[in-house]
Amino acid sequence: MNTEASAQQLSYIENQASDARVNIELETEGMTLNLGPQHPATHGTLRIIVRLDGEQVVSAEPVMGYMHRGYEKLTEVRTYPQVTTLVNRIDWLGSFANEVPFILAAERLMEVEAPARAQWIRTALFELSRIANVVLFLGDMAVQLGATTPVFYAFRDREFVLNQIESVTGGRFHPNFDRIGGVKDDLPKGWIQETKDVLVRINSFCEEMEDLVVGNEIFQTRTRGIGIIPADTGLAYGLSGANIRSSGVDWDLRRDGGVGLIHDQLDWKVWTHPDGDSFARYWVRLQEVRESCKMVGQILDGIPSGPIMAKVPRIIKVPPGEAYVETENPLGIMGYYIISKGDLVPYRVKIRSASFNNVSITPWVLKGVYVPDVISILASLYFILGDIDR
Amino acid sequence: MSSPDTNAEEIVEESTEPQEELIVDDKREAFVDSITQDLGSSFIDSHIDPEIDVWIRVTQEAWSETAKILFEKHGMNFFNFLSAIDWKPSPFGREMDAAIDNLDDEVTVETEMEWGVAGGEKRFQMLARVHNPATDMGVNVKADLEGDFPEVDTWTLVYPGANWHEREVMEMFGISFKNHPNMVNLYLPTEFEGHPLRKDFPLLSRRAKPWPGIVDVELMPGESDDETEESGEET
Repeated sequence: MNTEASAQQLSYIENQASDARVNIELETEGMTLNLGPQHPATHGTLRIIVRLDGEQVVSAEPVMGYMHRGYEKLTEVRTYPQVTTLVNRIDWLGSFANEVPFILAAERLMEVEAPARAQWIRTALFELSRIANVVLFLGDMAVQLGATTPVFYAFRDREFVLNQIESVTGGRFHPNFDRIGGVKDDLPKGWIQETKDVLVRINSFCEEMEDLVVGNEIFQTRTRGIGIIPADTGLAYGLSGANIRSSGVDWDLRRDGGVGLIHDQLDWKVWTHPDGDSFARYWVRLQEVRESCKMVGQILDGIPSGPIMAKVPRIIKVPPGEAYVETENPLGIMGYYIISKGDLVPYRVKIRSASFNNVSITPWVLKGVYVPDVISILASLYFILGDIDR
Repeated sequence: MSSPDTNAEEIVEESTEPQEELIVDDKREAFVDSITQDLGSSFIDSHIDPEIDVWIRVTQEAWSETAKILFEKHGMNFFNFLSAIDWKPSPFGREMDAAIDNLDDEVTVETEMEWGVAGGEKRFQMLARVHNPATDMGVNVKADLEGDFPEVDTWTLVYPGANWHEREVMEMFGISFKNHPNMVNLYLPTEFEGHPLRKDFPLLSRRAKPWPGIVDVELMPGESDDETEESGEET
């Protein structure tokens, strides 16, 4: 697997090198290109300083911090239930998924376990956030490569998912619904049937994307063999989620060593792709939306009855200790390292967000590519700026 | 089936049977034994949460050596995160001085340093985590750092992903890294003064507007409103 990826990498570099020789003969000029910080397709404000030699990237240096909100400092003066309000804003397209690892870490320190029904509701909302998040990616990557239509389909169909999240939690984007010991409310009447209808729509959206984007010749030419990340390099940079699975690493925390959620009771599959290029990253995410639909469908059929809240004290004080809990969020692995000293507020919270590690590979992967490929690589790595800047 | 058939009055009793020390985590025990031998006198302490997690603490000098051993010998090829901890409690107290928060006598403001899992000796402590996807085991590594503006070896030679994490630690804690390829601020402007994640860096918003206290403790499902009086903020 690794050898195959590095063979691809080598042949890619070889081609690039032969092209570079041509460039020398044509007397190219060096220039510095500023990508960003403002661009409608970047999900926030990211600036990348790209040094070019002709059409080729010599070095790329991302500049972050335009949106840094200091959540790690703020959590030190917020009580545990208040922290979920903050962390909702980290990955704002899949907000509910941000709350889950924090609540699970606090629950581990308090030695509380949520009742079965609460865990099923959590998993359902967790997967719905993934669908809402990744559906937008499926349209957004196409628009960054010049195909405008898919992004409108994506916004249209994502709205149905957000409606379902809103009707349970009251919040379209920032549910703030997960609680230590369970969830805030039970599901509303008629929600299960409505959600099933939405899943049908999302499945047909996936079919549409498969026809419109994946089968598109221009899309394939611009993504196949572009931005290859070998598995061992990806792991050493801390790439996670679909980015590492599209490099052939069969590793998904929902299946391997996940805590607190009920993915192990569902029938689903972890998709991987051996290529590790931009196309693979798109393709793997497309399959993941389908798997998430499958999972939500099974949850809707099998959700047990019972209480939605374990017995927890009214004012939550977390016993002293340290805990690290990570979950497989839409963008990759997200974890919270909580240090508690038995107070109302955490002593320190380290937020391990997925995009921060996913983007840290850009200086490596962008070296030597052509200018248009910069866009397709950045789009396929799929980051949310709130998830980088925290 | 969609209507909530939950009777919110029923709240399950937590099973309070204490878990006896019966769980033995062979995988993590073996790992700790092995790395103790590899590191020798550089290894200080370890802690195992059976079936959950493992912590090891090493000396400052062995920080980069530990990364190499974890990567090469233990297959920890996934880099999770790298950060630091400031163990000296904030001189500003808890930043929560509303009357309501002081009703509770049990909570006292700490002034002495008190370390967490796997112990500690100094104010600043490195904290990093790496993972082995094949055996599904992660390990948290800690190391005490000497001095107020410590310097420690970089991990970027082993884990290139540590690059940005170390830049973040540098600006947020004032800890610098030897042999780091690009030791400049990541988030903060170059002219920024101070290290925000240190406990003695004041949170300016709390200076400008005091903490209002807990005003809106929400009701648990099934609880009635009259209990809110104990929070003292019932209007």
